[in-house]
Amino acid sequence: MSEFRSGFRVVRGSPASRVCLVVLLALIAVLTSVPSWAEAATQRRMVELFTLLSLAQMWNLLAGFAGLVSVGQQAFVGLGAYGMVALVNVHGQNLYWSVPISAFIAAVLSIPIALVAFRLRGSYFAIGTWVIAEVASLIIVQQTSLGAGSGVSLKVAGFDLETRQHATYWLALVAGVGALLIAYLILRSKLGLQMQAIRDDEAGARGLGANVYRTRLIVWVIASFWTAFTGAVYYLSNLRVQPKDSFSVANWTAPIVIIVVIGGIGTLEGPVIGALVYYILREYFKDYHTWYTVGSGVVAVAAALYLQPGIWGTIRRALKVDLFPVRRRLVRQADTHVENGG
Amino acid sequence: MVWLNAVLQGTLVGGLYALFATGLSLAFGVMRFVNLSHGDLAVASAYIAMSLSATLDWNPLVILVIVLPGALVVGYLLQRLLFDRIVGVDPSFQIVATFGLGVVIENLLYEKYTADTQGLDVGSLKLSGFKINDKISIGWLPLITLGCAVLVLSGLALFMRRTRLGRAFRATSDDADAARLMGIDIRTVWGVAMAFAVATAALAGVLYGTRSSFDPFGGPVRLIYGFEAVIIGGLGSLWGTLIGGVILGVAQAIGRQIDPQYGELAGHFVFLAILVFRPTGLFGKGQLR
Repeated sequence: MSEFRSGFRVVRGSPASRVCLVVLLALIAVLTSVPSWAEAATQRRMVELFTLLSLAQMWNLLAGFAGLVSVGQQAFVGLGAYGMVALVNVHGQNLYWSVPISAFIAAVLSIPIALVAFRLRGSYFAIGTWVIAEVASLIIVQQTSLGAGSGVSLKVAGFDLETRQHATYWLALVAGVGALLIAYLILRSKLGLQMQAIRDDEAGARGLGANVYRTRLIVWVIASFWTAFTGAVYYLSNLRVQPKDSFSVANWTAPIVIIVVIGGIGTLEGPVIGALVYYILREYFKDYHTWYTVGSGVVAVAAALYLQPGIWGTIRRALKVDLFPVRRRLVRQADTHVENGG
Repeated sequence: MVWLNAVLQGTLVGGLYALFATGLSLAFGVMRFVNLSHGDLAVASAYIAMSLSATLDWNPLVILVIVLPGALVVGYLLQRLLFDRIVGVDPSFQIVATFGLGVVIENLLYEKYTADTQGLDVGSLKLSGFKINDKISIGWLPLITLGCAVLVLSGLALFMRRTRLGRAFRATSDDADAARLMGIDIRTVWGVAMAFAVATAALAGVLYGTRSSFDPFGGPVRLIYGFEAVIIGGLGSLWGTLIGGVILGVAQAIGRQIDPQYGELAGHFVFLAILVFRPTGLFGKGQLR
């Protein structure tokens, strides 16, 4: 037996993943320098892209890996945004610190939300999260100190304009890259292994000792935190916060779902590719916004029906590469090792 | 007396919610399928009734003789051409496909009819009714709606119990594979079930359009009310769905009586409370799977 075992080892990296790491680090370096040479309008556009990247990656973590298909992610975007507005406008807190604090508050709120929503499964969980997002929105609409139904502008007077623009851009970059990093680290961890085991075979994973409820709850809270963080950053750029925008399923969850399904659900690369494709095409078809939404919806429906692996899943199947090394592969070592081993 | 009135009006609205819920309940019962575009199909039906009513110069309620058969066909085709592929697989693809379909419907309606709110004009019927006393009066339209809900649910219950196809529905619901082995054409069963589901959605959508205004993006809220009625009543119980709808309607009416802003919230809170304290619903038997 020992001879047999010594003949294999578990490998995660690959040449492709090492190249990808180098390219990614170089890209992050370039993206970090953007505020020093790009216009404010370009930076705002990039904030939108990073927002989509982050939200899509978090939804993918929930839906593609943890089996929690939520249609209520707009609840956390809205809570992140309104938490920040409450901290800054009502309580006079620092603009930038309010972003993580607001995300933390949303993460705390996500626990009682989970206690209710986790009673539903599958499609009913999806609609249940939607109801909760409606409730959050209806409660916010009644807060006159937060502008009620018509919304409120974030108080940014006293903060230098250029510093604020740069800081917002970098925070958005952190949101986008951080989402990828969080998803990557979770998938490499024991938690990630449990999560995927549960997704593939819940009863089997339970039998092997995975704590299904706890695993799902942890992933849910992390995703809620980062979704709220991203929502706060987006509205730090947008400044005007309105319930019908920030809690809108059409603004947030719809594009996210479309992005992930087109890119490839259940892979780290999928949401990145999906967000880039979606964002670039949306900019291109800016004048035909409604038709673009119709078209992307049709493509998402078609992908869900006929091309479930999405763009990246199809590429991966053909080329057999992983850009982000999260999967464990068993590799046979050289024959001499097998003979000498043991 | 205002409270009694609130309960009464809430009960009548509950009939509408039950109608929205019937199709959801049916599709879930027969094939464990949840159509997230259910509400959008209902709103689309209201728009189609509006256009037909303007073209033909008929009362929107009469237009139902065109809309309902049309909805049956649409439902059957949706199931056979699209949804059949995703029955029984990982529910995430059901969610994505039907959610995506909803997005498409909403934006097509927006493109054709703009975001302006619309209403279906049923003439003098809209405001007419009869008085019980000085404070309480009952509108004919809400009464007709509740009557429709009771009629549809009774018809469905009879159909399930008495007909051959109804027996096939129940067999498919219990065990699709065994039903197939017994010679039941389960694809036809699924198709007919979705045809009924979409037709009830269309009926609910048109009745909804005659009493309140609607816009292209109102579908999800209708879906949510229907879903809440299903869960409150309990999965797998058709009569539970009616009572669930009524409870939701009454909760909203009482909430609205306390403060106009609390109507919707009160309904949601009753739903959440049921979820926490009695997750199988009031009359449900099974697990929420």
